[in-house]
Amino acid sequence: MSELLPEFEFVRPKTIEEALEVFKAKPQSRFCAGGTDLVVNMRRGFVDLETLIDLTSIPGLKNIDFDQGGLHIGAGVTLRTLTENSQIATIFPAVAQAAGSIAGPNHRETATAAGNLCLDTRCLYLNQSHWWRKSNDYCLKYKGDICHVAPKGNRCRAAFSGDLAPALLVYDAQVDLIGPEGSRRIPLKALYKEDGADHLSLRTGELLISIFVPSNQARSAYEKIRVRGAIDFPLAGVAVSCEDIDEVTYRFKLAITGTNSMPIVIDVPDLTIENTDPDAYFQAMGKLIQKAVSPQRTTTIAPHYRRLSIAALAARIARGLLL
Amino acid sequence: MKRIISLRLNGKPVEDAVSDNTLLIDYLRDNHQLTGAKKGCDGGECGACSVLVNGRPRLSCITLTASCQGNDIETIEGQAKNGILSALQRAFHENLGAQCGFCTPGMIMVAESLLRRNVNPDENEIRQVLGGNLCRCTGYVKIIKSVRAAARMMETVS
Repeated sequence: MSELLPEFEFVRPKTIEEALEVFKAKPQSRFCAGGTDLVVNMRRGFVDLETLIDLTSIPGLKNIDFDQGGLHIGAGVTLRTLTENSQIATIFPAVAQAAGSIAGPNHRETATAAGNLCLDTRCLYLNQSHWWRKSNDYCLKYKGDICHVAPKGNRCRAAFSGDLAPALLVYDAQVDLIGPEGSRRIPLKALYKEDGADHLSLRTGELLISIFVPSNQARSAYEKIRVRGAIDFPLAGVAVSCEDIDEVTYRFKLAITGTNSMPIVIDVPDLTIENTDPDAYFQAMGKLIQKAVSPQRTTTIAPHYRRLSIAALAARIARGLLL
Repeated sequence: MKRIISLRLNGKPVEDAVSDNTLLIDYLRDNHQLTGAKKGCDGGECGACSVLVNGRPRLSCITLTASCQGNDIETIEGQAKNGILSALQRAFHENLGAQCGFCTPGMIMVAESLLRRNVNPDENEIRQVLGGNLCRCTGYVKIIKSVRAAARMMETVS
Protein backbone atom coordinates (compact mmCIF):
# COMPACT_ATOMS: atom_id res chain seq x y z
CA MET A 1 0.00 0.00 0.00
CA SER A 2 1.22 3.45 -0.83
CA GLU A 3 1.85 6.04 1.82
CA LEU A 4 -1.37 7.00 3.54
CA LEU A 5 -2.68 10.07 5.21
CA PRO A 6 -2.62 10.00 9.00
CA GLU A 7 -5.48 8.02 10.57
CA PHE A 8 -8.77 9.88 10.99
CA GLU A 9 -12.48 9.29 10.96
CA PHE A 10 -14.49 10.59 7.99
CA VAL A 11 -17.96 11.88 8.87
CA ARG A 12 -20.49 13.26 6.42
CA PRO A 13 -23.34 15.04 8.23
CA LYS A 14 -26.58 15.89 6.41
CA THR A 15 -27.35 19.13 8.25
CA ILE A 16 -25.43 22.06 9.72
CA GLU A 17 -26.80 21.19 13.17
CA GLU A 18 -25.47 17.65 12.81
CA ALA A 19 -22.07 19.00 11.73
CA LEU A 20 -21.92 21.23 14.83
CA GLU A 21 -22.95 18.30 17.03
CA VAL A 22 -20.12 16.17 15.63
CA PHE A 23 -17.65 18.95 16.37
CA LYS A 24 -18.98 19.32 19.89
CA ALA A 25 -18.60 15.58 20.53
CA LYS A 26 -15.20 15.39 18.83
CA PRO A 27 -13.27 18.63 19.37
CA GLN A 28 -10.23 17.34 17.44
CA SER A 29 -12.23 17.79 14.24
CA ARG A 30 -11.83 19.90 11.16
CA PHE A 31 -14.55 20.98 8.74
CA CYS A 32 -13.79 20.20 5.12
CA ALA A 33 -15.52 20.89 1.79
CA GLY A 34 -13.43 20.58 -1.40
CA GLY A 35 -10.34 19.58 0.57
CA THR A 36 -8.00 20.95 -2.09
CA ASP A 37 -6.02 22.83 0.57
CA LEU A 38 -6.71 20.81 3.72
CA VAL A 39 -6.00 17.35 2.31
CA VAL A 40 -2.68 18.53 0.87
CA ASN A 41 -1.73 20.05 4.23
CA MET A 42 -2.73 16.83 6.00
CA ARG A 43 -0.58 14.94 3.53
CA ARG A 44 2.33 17.26 4.30
CA GLY A 45 1.79 16.51 7.99
CA PHE A 46 1.03 19.84 9.59
CA VAL A 47 -2.67 19.38 10.29
CA ASP A 48 -3.59 17.34 13.34
CA LEU A 49 -7.13 16.00 13.45
CA GLU A 50 -9.04 12.94 14.58
CA THR A 51 -12.23 13.56 12.64
CA LEU A 52 -12.81 15.11 9.23
CA ILE A 53 -16.29 16.58 8.93
CA ASP A 54 -17.17 16.60 5.22
CA LEU A 55 -19.75 19.31 4.51
CA THR A 56 -20.50 18.47 0.89
CA SER A 57 -23.77 16.62 1.58
CA ILE A 58 -25.44 19.49 3.42
CA PRO A 59 -28.22 20.90 1.21
CA GLY A 60 -28.53 24.67 0.93
CA LEU A 61 -24.84 25.44 1.13
CA LYS A 62 -24.44 25.36 -2.65
CA ASN A 63 -26.93 28.07 -3.61
CA ILE A 64 -26.28 31.39 -5.32
CA ASP A 65 -29.14 33.87 -4.83
CA PHE A 66 -29.66 37.45 -5.86
CA ASP A 67 -32.21 39.59 -4.06
CA GLN A 68 -32.78 43.33 -3.69
CA GLY A 69 -30.15 43.57 -1.01
CA GLY A 70 -27.42 41.89 -3.01
CA LEU A 71 -25.79 38.56 -3.68
CA HIS A 72 -25.79 35.54 -1.36
CA ILE A 73 -23.15 32.88 -2.03
CA GLY A 74 -23.43 29.59 -0.18
CA ALA A 75 -20.25 28.43 1.52
CA GLY A 76 -20.19 25.24 -0.55
CA VAL A 77 -20.53 26.90 -3.97
CA THR A 78 -17.63 25.60 -6.02
CA LEU A 79 -15.20 27.98 -7.65
CA ARG A 80 -16.19 26.61 -11.04
CA THR A 81 -19.83 27.50 -10.41
CA LEU A 82 -18.79 30.96 -9.22
CA THR A 83 -16.64 31.46 -12.31
CA GLU A 84 -19.36 30.35 -14.72
CA ASN A 85 -22.18 32.43 -13.21
CA SER A 86 -22.84 35.11 -15.83
CA GLN A 87 -24.74 37.39 -13.41
CA ILE A 88 -21.82 37.50 -11.01
CA ALA A 89 -19.43 38.11 -13.90
CA THR A 90 -21.54 41.08 -14.99
CA ILE A 91 -22.39 42.65 -11.64
CA PHE A 92 -19.34 41.74 -9.55
CA PRO A 93 -16.62 41.10 -12.17
CA ALA A 94 -13.74 41.00 -9.68
CA VAL A 95 -15.42 38.11 -7.84
CA ALA A 96 -15.77 35.99 -10.99
CA GLN A 97 -12.26 36.90 -12.17
CA ALA A 98 -10.75 36.02 -8.80
CA ALA A 99 -12.63 32.71 -8.64
CA GLY A 100 -11.52 31.84 -12.18
CA SER A 101 -7.89 32.58 -11.35
CA ILE A 102 -7.70 30.25 -8.35
CA ALA A 103 -5.49 27.16 -8.73
CA GLY A 104 -6.29 25.13 -11.85
CA PRO A 105 -9.56 24.05 -13.46
CA ASN A 106 -9.41 20.62 -11.82
CA HIS A 107 -9.17 22.20 -8.35
CA ARG A 108 -12.04 24.56 -9.09
CA GLU A 109 -14.35 21.58 -9.67
CA THR A 110 -14.41 20.88 -5.93
CA ALA A 111 -12.78 23.85 -4.16
CA THR A 112 -15.38 26.10 -2.57
CA ALA A 113 -15.97 29.80 -1.90
CA ALA A 114 -15.72 29.42 1.89
CA GLY A 115 -12.74 27.13 1.51
CA ASN A 116 -10.84 29.85 -0.32
CA LEU A 117 -11.83 32.48 2.26
CA CYS A 118 -10.59 30.18 5.03
CA LEU A 119 -7.49 29.07 3.10
CA ASP A 120 -4.56 28.39 5.38
CA THR A 121 -1.61 30.76 5.20
CA ARG A 122 1.39 29.65 3.17
CA CYS A 123 5.16 29.90 3.50
CA LEU A 124 8.29 28.57 1.89
CA TYR A 125 9.26 27.09 5.27
CA LEU A 126 5.89 25.46 5.91
CA ASN A 127 4.53 24.02 2.67
CA GLN A 128 7.20 21.35 2.49
CA SER A 129 7.38 17.66 3.29
CA HIS A 130 7.60 16.53 6.91
CA TRP A 131 11.24 15.44 6.64
CA TRP A 132 12.19 18.82 5.15
CA ARG A 133 10.53 20.75 7.98
CA LYS A 134 11.91 18.38 10.63
CA SER A 135 15.44 18.86 9.33
CA ASN A 136 14.87 22.60 9.67
CA ASP A 137 13.60 22.27 13.30
CA TYR A 138 10.05 23.02 12.11
CA CYS A 139 8.79 26.62 12.40
CA LEU A 140 6.63 28.87 14.52
CA LYS A 141 3.42 27.86 12.76
CA TYR A 142 3.79 24.17 13.53
CA LYS A 143 5.86 22.51 16.27
CA GLY A 144 8.80 24.97 16.07
CA ASP A 145 10.03 27.91 18.11
CA ILE A 146 11.09 30.43 15.50
CA CYS A 147 9.86 31.96 12.31
CA HIS A 148 12.54 31.29 9.70
CA VAL A 149 11.28 34.21 7.65
CA ALA A 150 11.74 36.73 10.48
CA PRO A 151 13.73 34.96 13.22
CA LYS A 152 13.80 38.00 15.49
CA GLY A 153 10.06 38.50 15.31
CA ASN A 154 7.50 36.95 17.60
CA ARG A 155 4.83 35.97 15.12
CA CYS A 156 4.40 33.73 12.09
CA ARG A 157 4.77 35.60 8.80
CA ALA A 158 3.10 33.01 6.53
CA ALA A 159 1.15 34.81 3.83
CA PHE A 160 -2.57 34.63 3.20
CA SER A 161 -3.01 33.61 -0.43
CA GLY A 162 -6.76 33.43 -1.01
CA ASP A 163 -7.84 35.22 -4.20
CA LEU A 164 -11.53 35.55 -3.41
CA ALA A 165 -11.15 37.62 -0.23
CA PRO A 166 -9.80 40.82 -1.85
CA ALA A 167 -12.46 40.67 -4.59
CA LEU A 168 -15.18 40.44 -1.93
CA LEU A 169 -13.54 43.03 0.33
CA VAL A 170 -13.78 45.80 -2.27
CA TYR A 171 -17.55 45.18 -2.20
CA ASP A 172 -17.70 45.29 1.63
CA ALA A 173 -18.89 41.67 1.78
CA GLN A 174 -20.07 40.09 5.01
CA VAL A 175 -19.96 36.49 6.13
CA ASP A 176 -22.52 34.46 8.08
CA LEU A 177 -21.08 32.23 10.77
CA ILE A 178 -22.72 29.59 12.90
CA GLY A 179 -21.26 27.86 15.91
CA PRO A 180 -21.88 26.57 19.41
CA GLU A 181 -22.61 30.11 20.62
CA GLY A 182 -25.15 30.82 17.87
CA SER A 183 -25.15 32.68 14.58
CA ARG A 184 -23.55 35.98 13.71
CA ARG A 185 -22.85 38.09 10.64
CA ILE A 186 -19.53 39.91 10.53
CA PRO A 187 -17.78 42.03 7.92
CA LEU A 188 -15.44 39.82 5.89
CA LYS A 189 -12.61 42.13 6.95
CA ALA A 190 -13.19 41.08 10.58
CA LEU A 191 -12.66 37.41 9.67
CA TYR A 192 -8.91 37.97 9.40
CA LYS A 193 -6.02 38.67 11.76
CA GLU A 194 -2.40 39.60 10.95
CA ASP A 195 -0.90 36.40 12.36
CA GLY A 196 0.15 33.62 10.00
CA ALA A 197 -0.29 30.95 12.68
CA ASP A 198 -3.78 32.08 13.66
CA HIS A 199 -5.16 34.23 10.87
CA LEU A 200 -8.90 33.56 11.21
CA SER A 201 -11.13 35.02 13.90
CA LEU A 202 -13.48 32.02 13.77
CA ARG A 203 -14.37 30.76 17.24
CA THR A 204 -13.85 27.11 18.14
CA GLY A 205 -16.35 24.96 16.26
CA GLU A 206 -17.61 27.89 14.22
CA LEU A 207 -18.51 27.40 10.58
CA LEU A 208 -18.74 29.89 7.71
CA ILE A 209 -22.03 29.14 5.98
CA SER A 210 -22.60 31.97 3.52
CA ILE A 211 -21.26 35.18 2.03
CA PHE A 212 -23.33 38.30 1.47
CA VAL A 213 -22.26 40.92 -1.07
CA PRO A 214 -24.38 44.11 -0.83
CA SER A 215 -25.72 45.55 -4.10
CA ASN A 216 -23.17 47.79 -5.73
CA GLN A 217 -22.81 49.64 -9.01
CA ALA A 218 -19.01 49.81 -8.96
CA ARG A 219 -16.91 48.44 -11.79
CA SER A 220 -14.18 46.10 -10.64
CA ALA A 221 -11.35 43.80 -11.63
CA TYR A 222 -8.98 41.30 -10.02
CA GLU A 223 -5.52 40.28 -11.19
CA LYS A 224 -2.55 38.57 -9.63
CA ILE A 225 1.13 38.04 -10.11
CA ARG A 226 2.27 34.43 -10.23
CA VAL A 227 5.05 32.39 -11.73
CA ARG A 228 2.88 30.12 -13.88
CA GLY A 229 -0.31 31.00 -15.71
CA ALA A 230 -2.33 28.39 -13.81
CA ILE A 231 -2.32 26.44 -10.54
CA ASP A 232 0.04 28.82 -8.72
CA PHE A 233 -0.92 30.70 -5.60
CA PRO A 234 -0.62 34.48 -5.96
CA LEU A 235 2.74 36.06 -5.20
CA ALA A 236 0.45 39.02 -4.74
CA GLY A 237 -3.04 39.75 -6.00
CA VAL A 238 -5.16 42.87 -6.11
CA ALA A 239 -8.85 43.67 -6.49
CA VAL A 240 -9.88 47.18 -7.43
CA SER A 241 -13.36 48.66 -7.59
CA CYS A 242 -14.25 52.02 -9.05
CA GLU A 243 -17.45 53.91 -8.33
CA ASP A 244 -18.54 57.09 -10.14
CA ILE A 245 -19.44 59.63 -7.46
CA ASP A 246 -20.31 62.27 -10.03
CA GLU A 247 -19.21 63.10 -13.56
CA VAL A 248 -15.69 64.04 -12.53
CA THR A 249 -15.12 62.11 -9.29
CA TYR A 250 -14.17 58.47 -8.92
CA ARG A 251 -13.93 56.46 -5.71
CA PHE A 252 -11.52 53.54 -5.72
CA LYS A 253 -11.36 50.67 -3.25
CA LEU A 254 -8.33 48.38 -3.17
CA ALA A 255 -7.74 45.06 -1.46
CA ILE A 256 -4.57 43.01 -1.68
CA THR A 257 -3.72 39.38 -1.00
CA GLY A 258 -0.48 37.41 -0.85
CA THR A 259 1.63 40.10 0.81
CA ASN A 260 0.56 39.85 4.45
CA SER A 261 -0.84 37.20 6.78
CA MET A 262 -4.29 38.60 6.03
CA PRO A 263 -5.89 40.27 3.01
CA ILE A 264 -5.54 44.01 3.43
CA VAL A 265 -7.80 46.86 2.43
CA ILE A 266 -6.05 50.06 1.35
CA ASP A 267 -7.85 53.38 1.60
CA VAL A 268 -7.11 55.83 -1.19
CA PRO A 269 -8.46 59.35 -1.71
CA ASP A 270 -11.11 59.98 -4.38
CA LEU A 271 -9.89 61.05 -7.79
CA THR A 272 -11.40 64.30 -9.04
CA ILE A 273 -10.43 64.67 -12.66
CA GLU A 274 -11.00 68.46 -12.71
CA ASN A 275 -8.28 69.34 -10.22
CA THR A 276 -5.98 66.30 -10.17
CA ASP A 277 -3.54 65.06 -12.75
CA PRO A 278 -4.47 61.35 -13.21
CA ASP A 279 -0.83 60.40 -13.83
CA ALA A 280 0.23 61.93 -10.51
CA TYR A 281 -2.79 60.37 -8.79
CA PHE A 282 -2.00 56.83 -9.96
CA GLN A 283 1.67 57.29 -9.17
CA ALA A 284 0.72 58.32 -5.64
CA MET A 285 -1.65 55.35 -5.43
CA GLY A 286 1.26 53.06 -6.30
CA LYS A 287 3.43 54.62 -3.57
CA LEU A 288 0.62 54.23 -1.03
CA ILE A 289 0.35 50.52 -1.86
CA GLN A 290 4.11 50.03 -1.63
CA LYS A 291 3.99 51.43 1.91
CA ALA A 292 0.90 49.48 2.96
CA VAL A 293 1.93 45.96 1.94
CA SER A 294 4.43 43.85 3.80
CA PRO A 295 5.66 40.95 1.64
CA GLN A 296 8.16 38.70 3.39
CA ARG A 297 10.51 35.91 2.31
CA THR A 298 7.61 33.46 2.20
CA THR A 299 7.98 32.64 -1.50
CA THR A 300 10.91 31.99 -3.84
CA ILE A 301 10.31 35.39 -5.42
CA ALA A 302 11.89 38.41 -3.71
CA PRO A 303 9.61 40.49 -1.47
CA HIS A 304 10.79 43.71 -3.11
CA TYR A 305 9.67 42.49 -6.53
CA ARG A 306 6.27 41.57 -5.13
CA ARG A 307 5.92 44.95 -3.45
CA LEU A 308 6.79 46.94 -6.59
CA SER A 309 4.85 44.80 -9.02
CA ILE A 310 1.60 44.66 -7.02
CA ALA A 311 1.67 48.44 -6.68
CA ALA A 312 2.18 48.87 -10.43
CA LEU A 313 -0.50 46.27 -11.21
CA ALA A 314 -3.05 47.89 -8.89
CA ALA A 315 -2.49 51.34 -10.40
CA ARG A 316 -2.77 49.89 -13.92
CA ILE A 317 -6.07 48.14 -13.10
CA ALA A 318 -7.45 51.27 -11.43
CA ARG A 319 -6.60 53.39 -14.47
CA GLY A 320 -8.32 50.82 -16.70
CA LEU A 321 -11.53 51.16 -14.68
CA LEU A 322 -11.89 54.88 -15.44
CA LEU A 323 -14.60 55.55 -18.00
CA MET B 1 -11.50 3.24 10.56
CA LYS B 2 -12.81 1.27 7.60
CA ARG B 3 -16.10 1.52 5.75
CA ILE B 4 -17.79 -0.26 2.88
CA ILE B 5 -17.89 1.92 -0.18
CA SER B 6 -20.03 1.30 -3.26
CA LEU B 7 -19.39 3.06 -6.53
CA ARG B 8 -19.28 2.53 -10.26
CA LEU B 9 -15.79 2.06 -11.63
CA ASN B 10 -15.46 2.30 -15.39
CA GLY B 11 -19.11 1.37 -15.70
CA LYS B 12 -19.07 -1.61 -13.35
CA PRO B 13 -20.50 -1.56 -9.81
CA VAL B 14 -17.87 -2.27 -7.15
CA GLU B 15 -17.97 -2.56 -3.40
CA ASP B 16 -14.87 -2.45 -1.21
CA ALA B 17 -13.82 -1.97 2.39
CA VAL B 18 -11.57 1.09 2.50
CA SER B 19 -9.96 3.09 5.27
CA ASP B 20 -11.27 6.60 5.79
CA ASN B 21 -7.82 7.98 5.05
CA THR B 22 -7.41 6.23 1.69
CA LEU B 23 -6.86 8.59 -1.20
CA LEU B 24 -8.71 7.84 -4.41
CA ILE B 25 -5.48 7.36 -6.37
CA ASP B 26 -4.25 4.73 -3.89
CA TYR B 27 -7.62 2.98 -4.01
CA LEU B 28 -7.56 2.85 -7.81
CA ARG B 29 -3.96 1.75 -8.07
CA ASP B 30 -3.73 -0.62 -5.10
CA ASN B 31 -7.22 -2.11 -4.80
CA HIS B 32 -8.03 -2.31 -8.50
CA GLN B 33 -4.60 -2.23 -10.16
CA LEU B 34 -5.75 0.69 -12.30
CA THR B 35 -2.30 2.21 -12.59
CA GLY B 36 -3.06 4.60 -15.44
CA ALA B 37 -3.64 7.57 -13.13
CA LYS B 38 -0.21 8.64 -11.89
CA LYS B 39 0.96 10.12 -8.62
CA GLY B 40 3.17 12.91 -9.93
CA CYS B 41 3.40 15.79 -7.48
CA ASP B 42 1.36 14.11 -4.70
CA GLY B 43 -0.22 17.44 -3.91
CA GLY B 44 -2.71 18.37 -6.62
CA GLU B 45 -0.27 20.46 -8.62
CA CYS B 46 0.37 18.44 -11.79
CA GLY B 47 -2.89 16.80 -12.91
CA ALA B 48 -1.28 13.42 -13.71
CA CYS B 49 -3.73 11.77 -11.30
CA SER B 50 -6.84 13.22 -13.00
CA VAL B 51 -9.82 10.89 -13.32
CA LEU B 52 -13.49 11.60 -13.93
CA VAL B 53 -15.96 11.61 -11.06
CA ASN B 54 -19.54 11.85 -12.28
CA GLY B 55 -18.17 12.98 -15.65
CA ARG B 56 -16.10 15.86 -14.29
CA PRO B 57 -12.32 15.98 -13.76
CA ARG B 58 -11.06 15.26 -10.26
CA LEU B 59 -7.55 15.17 -8.82
CA SER B 60 -7.48 11.69 -7.33
CA CYS B 61 -4.32 12.37 -5.27
CA ILE B 62 -6.21 14.87 -3.10
CA THR B 63 -9.61 13.15 -3.13
CA LEU B 64 -10.68 10.87 -0.30
CA THR B 65 -12.18 7.59 -1.47
CA ALA B 66 -14.75 7.83 1.32
CA SER B 67 -16.07 11.02 -0.29
CA CYS B 68 -16.83 9.14 -3.53
CA GLN B 69 -19.61 6.97 -2.11
CA GLY B 70 -22.17 6.28 -4.85
CA ASN B 71 -20.19 8.14 -7.51
CA ASP B 72 -19.36 7.14 -11.06
CA ILE B 73 -15.58 6.96 -11.51
CA GLU B 74 -13.86 6.70 -14.86
CA THR B 75 -10.17 6.12 -15.47
CA ILE B 76 -8.05 5.85 -18.59
CA GLU B 77 -8.45 2.05 -18.46
CA GLY B 78 -12.17 2.41 -19.16
CA GLN B 79 -11.76 4.51 -22.28
CA ALA B 80 -11.05 1.80 -24.86
CA LYS B 81 -14.14 -0.27 -25.62
CA ASN B 82 -13.79 -3.87 -26.84
CA GLY B 83 -10.17 -3.28 -27.74
CA ILE B 84 -10.91 -0.14 -29.77
CA LEU B 85 -9.22 3.04 -28.60
CA SER B 86 -11.30 6.09 -27.79
CA ALA B 87 -11.07 9.05 -30.19
CA LEU B 88 -8.73 10.85 -27.80
CA GLN B 89 -6.49 7.82 -27.28
CA ARG B 90 -6.25 7.35 -31.05
CA ALA B 91 -5.60 11.04 -31.65
CA PHE B 92 -2.85 11.15 -28.99
CA HIS B 93 -1.27 8.08 -30.59
CA GLU B 94 -1.46 9.42 -34.15
CA ASN B 95 -0.37 12.97 -33.35
CA LEU B 96 2.45 12.09 -30.91
CA GLY B 97 0.51 13.69 -28.06
CA ALA B 98 2.33 11.37 -25.68
CA GLN B 99 6.10 11.27 -25.30
CA CYS B 100 7.12 9.77 -21.97
CA GLY B 101 3.41 9.17 -21.32
CA PHE B 102 3.36 10.00 -17.62
CA CYS B 103 0.93 12.91 -17.96
CA THR B 104 -1.10 11.33 -20.77
CA PRO B 105 -3.82 9.51 -18.78
CA GLY B 106 -4.59 12.73 -16.90
CA MET B 107 -4.53 14.81 -20.07
CA ILE B 108 -6.88 12.41 -21.86
CA MET B 109 -9.36 12.20 -18.99
CA VAL B 110 -9.58 15.99 -18.62
CA ALA B 111 -9.86 16.43 -22.40
CA GLU B 112 -12.53 13.70 -22.47
CA SER B 113 -14.67 15.66 -20.04
CA LEU B 114 -14.26 18.75 -22.25
CA LEU B 115 -15.20 16.97 -25.48
CA ARG B 116 -18.28 15.43 -23.90
CA ARG B 117 -19.73 18.87 -23.26
CA ASN B 118 -18.24 20.68 -26.25
CA VAL B 119 -17.38 18.64 -29.30
CA ASN B 120 -15.80 21.59 -31.08
CA PRO B 121 -13.65 23.52 -28.59
CA ASP B 122 -11.30 26.24 -29.84
CA GLU B 123 -7.62 26.25 -28.92
CA ASN B 124 -8.15 28.71 -26.08
CA GLU B 125 -10.79 26.48 -24.45
CA ILE B 126 -8.48 23.47 -24.73
CA ARG B 127 -5.63 25.44 -23.16
CA GLN B 128 -7.88 26.66 -20.35
CA VAL B 129 -9.24 23.21 -19.54
CA LEU B 130 -5.80 21.58 -19.61
CA GLY B 131 -4.34 24.44 -17.54
CA GLY B 132 -4.08 22.16 -14.50
CA ASN B 133 -2.18 19.39 -16.29
CA LEU B 134 1.57 19.63 -16.61
CA CYS B 135 3.69 17.99 -19.30
CA ARG B 136 7.49 18.14 -19.23
CA CYS B 137 8.06 16.59 -22.68
CA THR B 138 5.78 17.76 -25.44
CA GLY B 139 5.70 21.52 -25.02
CA TYR B 140 1.89 21.09 -25.22
CA VAL B 141 1.69 21.80 -28.96
CA LYS B 142 1.09 18.17 -29.89
CA ILE B 143 -1.28 17.65 -26.97
CA ILE B 144 -3.49 20.48 -28.18
CA LYS B 145 -3.20 19.17 -31.74
CA SER B 146 -4.29 15.72 -30.49
CA VAL B 147 -7.35 17.09 -28.69
CA ARG B 148 -8.36 19.03 -31.79
CA ALA B 149 -7.88 15.93 -33.93
CA ALA B 150 -10.05 13.90 -31.53
CA ALA B 151 -12.73 16.59 -31.68
CA ARG B 152 -12.73 16.36 -35.48
CA MET B 153 -12.99 12.55 -35.31
CA MET B 154 -15.93 12.78 -32.90
CA GLU B 155 -17.63 15.42 -35.00
CA THR B 156 -17.25 13.28 -38.13
CA VAL B 157 -18.74 10.27 -36.34
CA SER B 158 -21.68 12.26 -34.96
